Amino acid sequence: MAELHVELVAADRKVWSGAATIVVARTASGDTGIMPGHTPVLSVLESGPVTIRTTEGGTVVAAVHGGFISFADNKLSLLAEIAELADEIDVARAERALENAKSELDAHAERRAEVRLVAARGLKAA
Amino acid sequence: MGAQLRVYKRRIRSVTATKKITKAMEMISASRIVKAQRAVAASTPYADELTRAVTAVATRSNAKHPLTTEKPGASRAAVLLITADRGLAGGYSTNAIKQAVALSAQLRAEGKDVVTYIVGRKGVSYYNFRDLVVAGSWTGFSDKPTYGDAKAVASDLIEAFVAETGGVDELHLVSTRFESMLTQTAVDARLLPLKLDEVQLSDESKAKHEIFPLYDFEPSAEGVLDALLPRYVESRIYNALLQSAASEHAARRRAMKSATDNAGELIKSLTRLANSARQAEITQEISEIVGGANALADASAGSE
Repeated sequence: MAELHVELVAADRKVWSGAATIVVARTASGDTGIMPGHTPVLSVLESGPVTIRTTEGGTVVAAVHGGFISFADNKLSLLAEIAELADEIDVARAERALENAKSELDAHAERRAEVRLVAARGLKAA
Repeated sequence: MGAQLRVYKRRIRSVTATKKITKAMEMISASRIVKAQRAVAASTPYADELTRAVTAVATRSNAKHPLTTEKPGASRAAVLLITADRGLAGGYSTNAIKQAVALSAQLRAEGKDVVTYIVGRKGVSYYNFRDLVVAGSWTGFSDKPTYGDAKAVASDLIEAFVAETGGVDELHLVSTRFESMLTQTAVDARLLPLKLDEVQLSDESKAKHEIFPLYDFEPSAEGVLDALLPRYVESRIYNALLQSAASEHAARRRAMKSATDNAGELIKSLTRLANSARQAEITQEISEIVGGANALADASAGSE
């Protein structure tokens, strides 16, 4: 089966890298799925969950905040200022952060916390 | 115990205590250099990917962006100086400050007003003590900077750069490059406006031969550049902060090592002095006893 090489990189560390069959990420123009052989693309990421289907049939979900995605030669780079794998996310802390953000009317923080929760829960549901 | 000997003993005790402290600081710094170097290494994949993307956009489109546009008749230049929060790091902060002062003098000679931004308490106190104006300062993270810190610094500077009025036309960065455990050099570089042909990967040979594919830009080349360039500036500042932090630890380790060595030397020479003082005391006591005995003998011989 065709596969693409994925590198998920945060500003201060490499979060995940490996082979995948499809990667779905939220870009400025909506959710974009990238499969092997996609045309070279460079686009801006929104805060949102990124879903990577690995070649072994597993799913990796990560919450990313701010960054971009570039694909060329079957190599996909996901760059984010902050990126957390779903199983690293502390759900209780994210929930607290969400409540704080709601009470302080901080739209950015609220979105960040929501994304983390979606990513963390999405993995548990799957 | 004689007064002299007591004084030496007291000084030896105090130097020994100092030596213990400097030795501990040396070891702490040594372990932190490794951590700081690891942080530099961990941030390279991001910096390299970002640089590739910026270069790709620059070579595949003619998009213009405020951050890359040279302003005609630049009259105000900002200098961002990265120093340490704490002292006892040898010439680390001083070298960076000297470099910044020299750069400011050069910019002034070119007829530009210099606006200074500072990271680290040492730089802030240098400028405050001389009543020099500091436009902005950040302290408290010089030995362990995070990406969030770099972002905070970068956002203020970018804001100043793109401001319509009262902004700056250039941004220079003075930091310390970590070359090796023994060598750290204070360097300055122009950060803004960005020259896209100067954008470099850490591995230069790769960059030169790479031909970029024809990317589809979403939403548009301008939009991508808009999102990328601030990130690029942040990542450059982040890298400078990390390298400076590693340099700070290395400089402190070296300073503390020579302090420990000096304390050892001092203890040695003080011990020698104390020994000879003790010996002199004993000699004196003996000659006093002998003198006393002789005097007694002479006195009794006279009375006979």
